[in-house]
Amino acid sequence: MILKDVLTLLDGEVLTTGCGLSFECQKVFASDLMSDVLAFSEPGALLLTSLANPHTVRTARLADVAAVVFVQGKRPGQEVIDQAKAMNLPLLITGLPMFLACSRIYLFMKDGAGGR
Amino acid sequence: MAGEAVFRQEFAVKGGDFSHGGVVSCRIKDLLKEIGLDDRSVRRAAIASYEAEMNVIMYAWHGRVNLSVSPEEIKIVVDDEGPGIPDIEMAMTEGFSTATTEMRELGFGAGMGLPNMKKNSDSFRVTSKIGRGTRLEMRIRRAGGAP
Repeated sequence: MILKDVLTLLDGEVLTTGCGLSFECQKVFASDLMSDVLAFSEPGALLLTSLANPHTVRTARLADVAAVVFVQGKRPGQEVIDQAKAMNLPLLITGLPMFLACSRIYLFMKDGAGGR
Repeated sequence: MAGEAVFRQEFAVKGGDFSHGGVVSCRIKDLLKEIGLDDRSVRRAAIASYEAEMNVIMYAWHGRVNLSVSPEEIKIVVDDEGPGIPDIEMAMTEGFSTATTEMRELGFGAGMGLPNMKKNSDSFRVTSKIGRGTRLEMRIRRAGGAP
């Protein structure tokens, strides 16, 4: 599953134009607690969160998160988007709630493209 | 015993400055990568440093982060002036937290800070004096040695 698949699955929007979407997502971590991202995520993970503040991007950078999806339509400020662009961190946004977003990704990863 | 440090730098952290939380640790991560350290050690040091930095911002008045790198290890020492930690054993318990609503809204204060610093260090030491401040000392062994 590449990031472009995630974009389609979640009816998402790319916030960081120019950042590539060909990154292969093999690990996914979902949390609004940055403490948990730091403690339990693996390097290279795709992060789903509804926390849209500068700490999300800084946490992603420090924990080697590869891309971030903001769920529930939580749109970060332009400063956060610019920060992510500067570090080449792709940011996506979806209107789906966390549970649905995770479910769609889980089914896709489990069953392939037919899981949607 | 670790060899002599080949790189040292000190950073200031201001208590209550939530908007800049993580800036020092991002700088530390960049420096460690520039030096050419392995990805795993850099990530562990960055996470330990970030937790310690946020600890100063959330609980202390101000603090200093001292980074030193020797051929064997990364050493991060964080000294703060603040209220101190009354019960270190309790503070080391996962999930124990005295965080405020503001801290939790930023995604922190889940009671993972000190345990996570320990998890990402090969040696972790915390000492504290009530009404004076806290010292966190973290050592992370480098994989592969000096570049």
